[in-house]
Amino acid sequence: MDLFEDQARDIFEAHGVPVLQGLIADTPQEAEAAAAKIGGTVVVKAQVKVGGRGKAGGVKLAHNPEEAKAAAEAILGLDIKGHVVKRVMIAQGAAIDKEYYFSVLLDRSNRTFLSLCSVEGGMEIEQLAEERPDALAKIAVDAVHGIDLAKALEIAKAGGFDDEIAAKVAPVFVKLYDVFVKEDATLVEVNPLVLTKSGEIVALDGKVTLDDNAEFRHSRQEMERDQLDPLEAKAKAADLNYVKLDGEVGIIGNGAGLVMSTLDVVAYAGERHGGVRPANFLDIGGGASAEVMAAGLDVILGDSQVKSVFVNVFGGITACDAVANGIVGALAKLGASATKPLVVRLDGNNVEEGRRILADANHPLVTVVATMDEAADKAAELANR
Amino acid sequence: MSIFLDENSKIIVQGMTGSEGMKHTRRMLAGGSNIVGGVNPRKAGETVEVDGKSLPVFGSVAEAMGATGANVSVIFVPPAFAKAAVIEAIDAQIELAVVITEGIPVHDSANFWAYNLQQGAKTRIIGPNCPGIISPGKSNAGITPSDISGAGPIGLVSKSGTLTYQMMYELREIGISTAIGIGGDPIIGTTHIDALAAFEADPETKAIVLIGEIGGDSEEKAAAYIKANVTKPVVAYVAGFTAPEGKTMGHAGAIVSGSAGTAQAKKEAFEACGVKVGKTPSETAALMREVIANL
Repeated sequence: MDLFEDQARDIFEAHGVPVLQGLIADTPQEAEAAAAKIGGTVVVKAQVKVGGRGKAGGVKLAHNPEEAKAAAEAILGLDIKGHVVKRVMIAQGAAIDKEYYFSVLLDRSNRTFLSLCSVEGGMEIEQLAEERPDALAKIAVDAVHGIDLAKALEIAKAGGFDDEIAAKVAPVFVKLYDVFVKEDATLVEVNPLVLTKSGEIVALDGKVTLDDNAEFRHSRQEMERDQLDPLEAKAKAADLNYVKLDGEVGIIGNGAGLVMSTLDVVAYAGERHGGVRPANFLDIGGGASAEVMAAGLDVILGDSQVKSVFVNVFGGITACDAVANGIVGALAKLGASATKPLVVRLDGNNVEEGRRILADANHPLVTVVATMDEAADKAAELANR
Repeated sequence: MSIFLDENSKIIVQGMTGSEGMKHTRRMLAGGSNIVGGVNPRKAGETVEVDGKSLPVFGSVAEAMGATGANVSVIFVPPAFAKAAVIEAIDAQIELAVVITEGIPVHDSANFWAYNLQQGAKTRIIGPNCPGIISPGKSNAGITPSDISGAGPIGLVSKSGTLTYQMMYELREIGISTAIGIGGDPIIGTTHIDALAAFEADPETKAIVLIGEIGGDSEEKAAAYIKANVTKPVVAYVAGFTAPEGKTMGHAGAIVSGSAGTAQAKKEAFEACGVKVGKTPSETAALMREVIANL
């Protein structure tokens, strides 16, 4: 999960990373009140998960509460690269002397962590990496050793800091690494990390990505405020791994790789049938039961864009008879409201029994096809009718 | 021969007494694997009856190895405890630890991987979030169905579990030397390259199928490695051409960000290194059948 800036700010504060006051506001009135509470000059910042807010008019300086209200009025509802602003953060103003860059992230390619650091912050990091690659230090961080003060100093020096400033930023790097580990983040980025005119180091912006696999040791339910597509929300409630796409052929399969492959095969088949495309990704998982199959079908048949459904299962742990029972059960439950044709391909564990169950049920909407390619073709053809 | 796992492998199961562990212990035994015991500190000293075979439960991996001579551990421990289980296996210096568990926090995987390196990498780790490894007719350490394919000359390495099964099924008439599911997580123990190197050195493996998917750069690295080091024919397949940017497709690692990690980029990397890439699993299998026919 990617966090909004205000969420990152709060997490930073909880871990002792120096931040300025920041209050959230969903209306211009709240923005006005927040600015009055903070006092002095504030910055009104759009809370969207996309870069380039400043250029898009999503960040405005306000010298008093009235200006903050006007700024919030202008920013709320703004569309920034497809993200509509629903909330702003009113941040205390800062007298900035210098802007720096620091991040720590998962380095998948090297199976370790990586810290990026530069004394030249402020601009987008991709731009810095391209224009001034020498100015951006990339230091591997061992997951067991982590970032202690000595490591933080090494990173700061590599990033181009002089001794005096390195001594000031290093303890902040250690705290940011604390955020990275204790919050199970895969990215903690501060850009800019600033030196104020009064000589303090402050994290002025923050980008944090959290590892969804680690949710069991954190309580993050209330942090989720992205609006899910209604079908995605329904699938999530049923604990299904579902991603809504734009096409007409609903897809259900088991195993992430096989489902991705199924999407591809359907897209290729669609080229022969009016350009129909997969309507979704839905992985019912390795050990899927009849209930899970039924829940998956329920989500997909609820997608008004879907014209046909392709169920593609290779029974490993999942037994094909359970899948077949799930299909038959779901169709019985849906009754007359199920009107879309289903193409089913089963192979693997208990496949004969699975095919027999479907043959016995002899449901008018269900076609059983022998191979993945033929089934994809049939599903695409039906979606194009 | 085969790679990493053969008829002499003695397997213990960490988390054997849990429901997943029990189910798959039974399946592995039925498939002919030599399972010699399990590990669960709370049930140490007990024995578990599995289809007429009596399996001892030990308090630790080291104890189990001492008593049985086990050299492989299959780990079914739930995500919250998986890191400790893997570190225990590393501390015992077991040869091979196969981590089946899905949903392990990536910080935990990064930690046990760094720890393994620190300890001299004496343990080969496969996974996490993988189906494990099977050398048909010899042994099966994991959750791959034992009866999809018999033994044969094709080595198979894949990020995806069900695509491993699918490909074994497509090639069942030729047969598999070893099939390894390396897992779809961002941090994994055994990589495509590790498997390629072992298949290249294995006299029984005559040709290799490599299955990749969107995300990361494992396939691009594998392509360069093949060009420089692999003399046996390799056919590749990549899943995820239709995956949209920024969406996680089931596997934590299967996410496309920017142009890096796309299926198209991976396909091009393979083709630039002389590796044929199938458009679909069936086309990939057809390419491999052609390769075998021309050997």
